[in-house]
Amino acid sequence: MKSIIMNPVLNKEIRLRFRSPKSFIGIAAYLSILGLISLGFIGLTLNYDNMGVFRPEESRGMFLLISMLQLALVIFITPGLTSGVISSERERQTLPILLTTAQSSLSIIVGKLLSSLSYLFLIVFASAPLYMIVFLYGGISPSNIIASFALYIFTMLVIGSFGILASTLIRRTILAMVTTYSIAFFITGGMAIITIMLTSFSYQFYSQGNDYIWPFITASINIPIMFFSLFEPNIVDEFKDMAGLDLSPWFVFFSFYILIITGCLTIAIRKLRPRMKGKVKKLSKKVSSL
Amino acid sequence: MIETVGLTKKYGSFTALKDLNLSISEGTVYGFVGQNGAGKSTTFQIIATLLTPSNGTAYVDGINIMEEPEKVRRIIGYMPDFFGVYDQFKTSEYLDFYGASYGLSVKERSEMIPQLLELVNLSKKHDSYVDLLSRGMKQRLCLARSLIHDPKVLILDEPASGLDPRARIEMREILKELKTMGKTIIISSHILPELAEMCDEIGVIDNGELVATGSVNDIQLKLQEQKVLIVNVARDMDRTIQFLEDDPDVLNIQRGPNGSIQFGFKGSEEDQESLIKKAVHANIPLLTIRQLETNLEDVFMEITKGVGEA
Repeated sequence: MKSIIMNPVLNKEIRLRFRSPKSFIGIAAYLSILGLISLGFIGLTLNYDNMGVFRPEESRGMFLLISMLQLALVIFITPGLTSGVISSERERQTLPILLTTAQSSLSIIVGKLLSSLSYLFLIVFASAPLYMIVFLYGGISPSNIIASFALYIFTMLVIGSFGILASTLIRRTILAMVTTYSIAFFITGGMAIITIMLTSFSYQFYSQGNDYIWPFITASINIPIMFFSLFEPNIVDEFKDMAGLDLSPWFVFFSFYILIITGCLTIAIRKLRPRMKGKVKKLSKKVSSL
Repeated sequence: MIETVGLTKKYGSFTALKDLNLSISEGTVYGFVGQNGAGKSTTFQIIATLLTPSNGTAYVDGINIMEEPEKVRRIIGYMPDFFGVYDQFKTSEYLDFYGASYGLSVKERSEMIPQLLELVNLSKKHDSYVDLLSRGMKQRLCLARSLIHDPKVLILDEPASGLDPRARIEMREILKELKTMGKTIIISSHILPELAEMCDEIGVIDNGELVATGSVNDIQLKLQEQKVLIVNVARDMDRTIQFLEDDPDVLNIQRGPNGSIQFGFKGSEEDQESLIKKAVHANIPLLTIRQLETNLEDVFMEITKGVGEA
C-alpha cells in the first residue's frame, strides 16, 4: 500500500497534470454544464407544473439524468485518459529510461492507471455537491448516491484496465485509443443492444416454459443496465426469472469484471518489460533435455 | 565488471548480434565502435535489461542479467542514443523523479541533485523547465539522471551525438571526470578520436560480430602489420615505382603529388631496412621515407572496409 501511495510515477503524473490550468478550467466547465442542466431541469419542471412544486419523483428523475450523464462521461473519457499512458512514453522515448529504473512493473502500471484516472476521480467527486440538490427535494437515499459513485470508480477501473493493456501491447497511441474505445463501446452500448436482441428471442423460449440464460448473462455484465438497476431493480429481476437462476446479477457483474481487471493488469505488467527469468527457465529446460 | 558470454540476438532470420564475448574490468572505460546497425545499441539494450538475448547472457558485477535483472538495474546507469525528457518538469524535479524511482529518500535526493547538476554544469538551470534547455543541456541532464543512484556501471549509447563541437567537448570533460571517479563506463560513439582519447579499451563491432578488441594501441599495432609507407624522390618516379614493384613485400603502389609514392608494406622492420638499403644501392634518389600514422578512424575503416558495400 505504501508503495502505491509513495509511487514515483503516480506522484509525477499528478504533479504534471495539475500543474496546467487547463485541468482546472476543464473541471469548472464541466461543473458549470452539469449545474446548468440540474437547474434547467428544476426550472422547466417548475414552469410546467400547475402548482409550481418540484416533487420527490421529479427529483429522482433529475438524479437519474445526472447520474447517466456522469456514467456516459466516465465511459467516454476513461479510454482517452488511459490508452496512451504507456504508448505515449514509448513514442516520446522516455519509456526505456523508465524501465531501467528500479521501479517494478507493478508499480509503474498501477501508478500509471491511478494517475490517469485521478483527473476523472476529481471531476466526478467535484460534482458531489450538485447531487446534494436532490436531497433538498427527496426521492433518493444517500445509499443510492454512494452506490452510484462506487460504480463510477469501478467502471473507470474496468475501462482503464483495458486502456492500460492496449497501451502496453500496442506501440502506437492512436491504435491503442481506437482499440480501447471499441472495447468500451462494445461492453456498454454493444452489450446493451445484444441484450435487447436476445430478450426479443427469449420470449419464444420463455413462453414454452424453457429457461433462457443469455439475456441474464449479457445484462449482468452490461455496465449501463446494471447502473440503471441500482435505481430500478425490476429491470434485472425479469432476466433472472427468464434464466431460472437464483444468482445475484451483481455477483456475475463483479466476478466477471474483477477477473477482467486482474487479467488485463497482469498481462500489462508481464508485457511491460522483456521476460528474462522465464527465458532462463526455458533455456535451462532445453539444456537438460539435451 | 561486465562480461558477455555468447550474446546473440536474432530478429527472425536477421542476426543483430552474433556470439559476442566481452570482458570489461572494473574502472575501465570501454569504447564500442561500429557502423550504424552494427549491433552496439542492441548490446547496450541487452545489458540494460531492455532486450532479451536469443542466446547467451551477460553479467554485470557478477550478476546474471537473465536471472536477476532487478539487481542489475540498481547498479547500472543507462543513457540511450535517442531519448525523450519530461518537458514540463524543472531540471531538479526531473532528477528528483528518477531519484525516487531508484528508491532514494527525500534527504538523499536533496543532497545528490545539486552535486549532479554541478557535475554536469547545470547548477544555474536548477529551476529551469527541461523544455527550455538546449540539446546539449538535455544530454548532460540525461547523463546526470543516469548517475542519480550512483551506479557502478555507466552504459552510454552515443552520448555526444548531435551535439555541436563545444557541447561535445563539455560532454567529454564530464566523462573524463567520471573516469577519475572510478566508474566502469561502456560508451559508443561515432567520434572516434574522442574515444581514443578517453577510452582504456576499444571494441570494434561489425555486422553483429566483435572483430577486434583491446587497447587503442594494440589495435593500431595489429594494423601496422600492413603499414603504409610514403617515399619522396627527387626524380626518376617511374624507375622508383618499377623498383618497388619488384619487392614481394610491397603492395598497392600509388603515385602521389610532388614526387611522393605511397605503398603498403607487409614486411617486418628488418625487411623495411633491407628495402631502404637496396634502394640506396640501386641509386634511387630518395629524399625522405616515412610511415603513415594510423589513428582510430583508420583502424575502424580498415577493419570494417567493404562491409558497407556488401
